Amino acid sequence: MHRCAICQNNRAQVIRPKNGQKICKNCFLEVFELEVHTTIVENNIFPSRGERVAIGASGGKDSTVLAATLKALNERYDYGVEFVLLSIDEGIHGYRDDSLETVKRNAIQYEMELCIVGYDALYGWTMDKVVEKVGRKGNCTYCGVFRRQALDRGAKRLNISHILTGHNADDIAETVLMNLLRGDLPRLGRCAEIMTASLTSPMRRSKPLKYAYEKEIVLYAHYRELDYFSTECVYSPEAFRGNARSLLKELEKIRPSSVLDIVRSGEQLVHNAVSPVKLGCEDPKRNWREERMGLVNGSQTLSDEPVNPKLLPKIVHKTRNDATYQITVRSVQQPIPSVKLKFFIFFA
Amino acid sequence: MSADTIPITIELAGGLELLFDNEKKFNIDLPTKTKDGNAANINYLVDHLCVHHMKDTRRDMFEINGTVRAGILVLINDADWELEGEGEYELQPKDTILFVSTLHGG
Repeated sequence: MHRCAICQNNRAQVIRPKNGQKICKNCFLEVFELEVHTTIVENNIFPSRGERVAIGASGGKDSTVLAATLKALNERYDYGVEFVLLSIDEGIHGYRDDSLETVKRNAIQYEMELCIVGYDALYGWTMDKVVEKVGRKGNCTYCGVFRRQALDRGAKRLNISHILTGHNADDIAETVLMNLLRGDLPRLGRCAEIMTASLTSPMRRSKPLKYAYEKEIVLYAHYRELDYFSTECVYSPEAFRGNARSLLKELEKIRPSSVLDIVRSGEQLVHNAVSPVKLGCEDPKRNWREERMGLVNGSQTLSDEPVNPKLLPKIVHKTRNDATYQITVRSVQQPIPSVKLKFFIFFA
Repeated sequence: MSADTIPITIELAGGLELLFDNEKKFNIDLPTKTKDGNAANINYLVDHLCVHHMKDTRRDMFEINGTVRAGILVLINDADWELEGEGEYELQPKDTILFVSTLHGG
């Protein structure tokens, strides 16, 4: 039997992925909350007392753990903020209708106000209708853009200008990998930031669980016996993210610290700022993604982001089972040389 | 209880229960030895569950390369299986084995 490395007393039940430390259940819960608190304090996530802050709540493990942890920390460390649960109803039958029931229970359990906004009311479209129209392709891309705006509009309705989301370290590492594989440098530079305020929106978004491993989140929810919803969205198995996710899970198995290493690498890329102007997007304020989706300027075209073709991933070797991509990441700060990254990918 | 089997409790969470006819908790009697005469370990249990208890045809959602798929967390008596030797852990009577999927929860 292993003893807990922190209290030296109880049976160790958890190995922490970031450092291999073997600790007991109670010390794990304590250290998990303390780390989220440290993230909040170091990044000044709650700068002003009395602020009302929305928690993007899906009923899934991440947002449920976020709400539970924040409630505990707000009481323990007296941040003096008020949390509101903000849920989006994408209109996905057999998935979101069930998970919203979980959010309603969470609102009672955590004594938080709950606001639900639906795609149907906002856009006149539900995801079920979108899929009926466009088929089972790129569904998550539509849904993601819709949800981002829906959260903004829901928050505005509540007179709130700060939204917290449950993104964890694995999510961010996956996004860093995805943006690398797609050669999407403007987004690569933003996706690892803990707090974002876009040029086009006054809304602040923060990710307090940014340094928490998915594994730790699942363990936290299990040990705290949190009530969360855990069915995968009926439309997601086709998503590109699945590839990045499998790659990340394999990397984590080989070296558990890989996840945070990738998050840190993403942060470094922000420091070496690759500006959209340098990449050929002449107007950094233009929201290319939403334009592509036809959400702004009434444009219905699916024009591609004008990224310098030299910076797109190049396939250097490809067989039926695997491929090697080469991506050039160019730094705009002169002394730092451009970097070439090679990815070796197996197709499942 | 026969001496040729070990009584254990299986728990499934995080969506994995869907592969097992929505059963979140059940007891099974696992053969003490594998066909080759080795002691029953977690990897053997995973195969046993796939063959005898899984109601879904998507075996690869649970098992890959002879062990549990990456991204599924295994707790042996409420402790991380990494502390117990992972797939090589030899099952003991009355063990509770929990499999939790860490699915992307939107």
